[in-house]
Amino acid sequence: MEKVIEVRHLVKKFGSFTANDNLNFDVYQGEIFGFLGANGAGKTTAMRILCGLSSPTSGEVKVSGYDIYKETEKIKRNIGYMSQKFSLYEDLTIAENIRFFSGIYGITPKNRKAKQEVLLKNLDIESSKDSLIGSLPLGWKQKLAFSVAIFHDPKIVFLDEPTSGVDPITRRKFWDLIYEATDRGITVFVTTHYMDEAEYCNRVSIMNDGRIEALDTPENLKKKYSAKNMDEVFLKIAR
Amino acid sequence: MKTIFYVIQKEFIQVKRNKVMLRMIVMIPIMQMLVLVFAATYDLKNVNIFLVDKDMSSTSRELATKLEASPFFTINNTSFNPDDGENELLRNADDMVLVIPQGFGRDLIRDDKASLQLLVNAIDGQAAQLGYSYAASVIRDFNKNIIAEWKGLPEFKAPFQINTISRFWYNSELDYKWYMAPGVLSLLVTLIGLFLSGMSLVKEKEQGTIEQLNVTPIRKIHFLVGKLIPFVVIALFDLAFGLLIARFVFHLPIVGSLGLVFGFSVLYLLGILGLGLFVSTLADTQQQVMFVTFFFMMIFILMSGIFTSVESMPKWAQFIDEANPVYHFMRIMRMVILKGSGFSDLIHEFVALCILGFTFLSLAVWRYRKTA
Repeated sequence: MEKVIEVRHLVKKFGSFTANDNLNFDVYQGEIFGFLGANGAGKTTAMRILCGLSSPTSGEVKVSGYDIYKETEKIKRNIGYMSQKFSLYEDLTIAENIRFFSGIYGITPKNRKAKQEVLLKNLDIESSKDSLIGSLPLGWKQKLAFSVAIFHDPKIVFLDEPTSGVDPITRRKFWDLIYEATDRGITVFVTTHYMDEAEYCNRVSIMNDGRIEALDTPENLKKKYSAKNMDEVFLKIAR
Repeated sequence: MKTIFYVIQKEFIQVKRNKVMLRMIVMIPIMQMLVLVFAATYDLKNVNIFLVDKDMSSTSRELATKLEASPFFTINNTSFNPDDGENELLRNADDMVLVIPQGFGRDLIRDDKASLQLLVNAIDGQAAQLGYSYAASVIRDFNKNIIAEWKGLPEFKAPFQINTISRFWYNSELDYKWYMAPGVLSLLVTLIGLFLSGMSLVKEKEQGTIEQLNVTPIRKIHFLVGKLIPFVVIALFDLAFGLLIARFVFHLPIVGSLGLVFGFSVLYLLGILGLGLFVSTLADTQQQVMFVTFFFMMIFILMSGIFTSVESMPKWAQFIDEANPVYHFMRIMRMVILKGSGFSDLIHEFVALCILGFTFLSLAVWRYRKTA
């Protein structure tokens, strides 16, 4: 399988504090890679480095085959990102947000219109196309933010705690969207601290104090730590 | 290049949706032009005089009438005690105390010589000077007429006299509003440009949308240019609006070329907006931006020469002013609008604005980082 993310000896320090301490892992084409850890374990820091929002202190990182130091802008053409903080324009409508981000990625108006129709139909919000984002419920916003993040068909999409603060039903629906994205061949890199969501991932890594303590499929991890579910695995490792 | 267009489009929609900003864009020019231009006047209109007439002669009364007849003076109060006058000065109720000593009329006739005392409240030195010299000229005039009356001459003439006939150029009526209007217009353009651009980038930081942009392949120069252009357009709109008010309310003559006014405004705005964006890259919240831009605005305005002549500032201050874009822009506006100066008269200002604009824009581009 093709590696879309390669991380070797990644270190990120803020002053004397080490947020990422020698991380090593690969992510393969088309998988859902779960990035778990307690608050402050260094998940978001590592993800921001992979997205080119922050530069590492040392180590080698390749995303979709490009070097994180020299080819940041090429990487940005091939990734999508959904941050913890909701980040579509609240004072623009759904259609205007799509038009703006499509414009930046160089999607032609004709292409955009076709894809927009599919998107709206998929989320069942065709009638709200001209509503301001700010007026929508949180669950809608998050589904929209995800759909916009993969609107330009990136190779990899990074999701930073995408489902925090929404109800279980919306979370379930959100994961349906994630599965659809992987069906289209998009690799999903997701951080979360909901352990039931960890079960949905193909492979998970568990971080603690800036280090990766475990990395395997949920089944193997449960076997290895003789745990009933991921919750127990996580508690055993993070303790 | 097309991405610039999408950024511009987005910015305009956001301005359109922002009711507060829309109101500001319309109200600021009206308020500034109609209130500031009238209020910021040095015209001496009304000086209150406290009269202490200890003489009570026909001469002293005639002098009082003469002062009262002048449009500048009002005799507010009279008393025989100069201390009352001093109290009035302290209370700020009167601006001047005129003491006519006992025997003033008699001395004038008998000795051809008499003294008056004029106490002027000089907290505001400039107003005091002006008030004093107006009063002195009324008294001088009175003096001349009295001599002429008594000596029976048609009018007293010094044996040799040089008559100066002066004409005031460019503002023949000495209308202070004409001087203030281009200055206030400059402030208007500065205020709109600096605040709008300062706010817009930091707002994206506060809302987190900047992160989303930073993971896109957008080039930062495209992003910044796309952000600048809408604000140039809005500021030019406000300039045109302000000019219309000046033209129709103050009958401000626009002697020079409007093309030059707007051309220089574009050049100036690029610098000011660059400064706004630069401040915005340094700050994390809108409050911080407000605070810093307010600081710059204060210094820029007080040193711009809108109220005080830059030529009378100390040499070092004039030297610093070369780095003040408002100073250059205000000169340009006054020179072009009131005098009709052409481009060749404004080479110095042109070069200064180019250098400042380039510096501010470069700082903004350099400081705005997609990768922290």
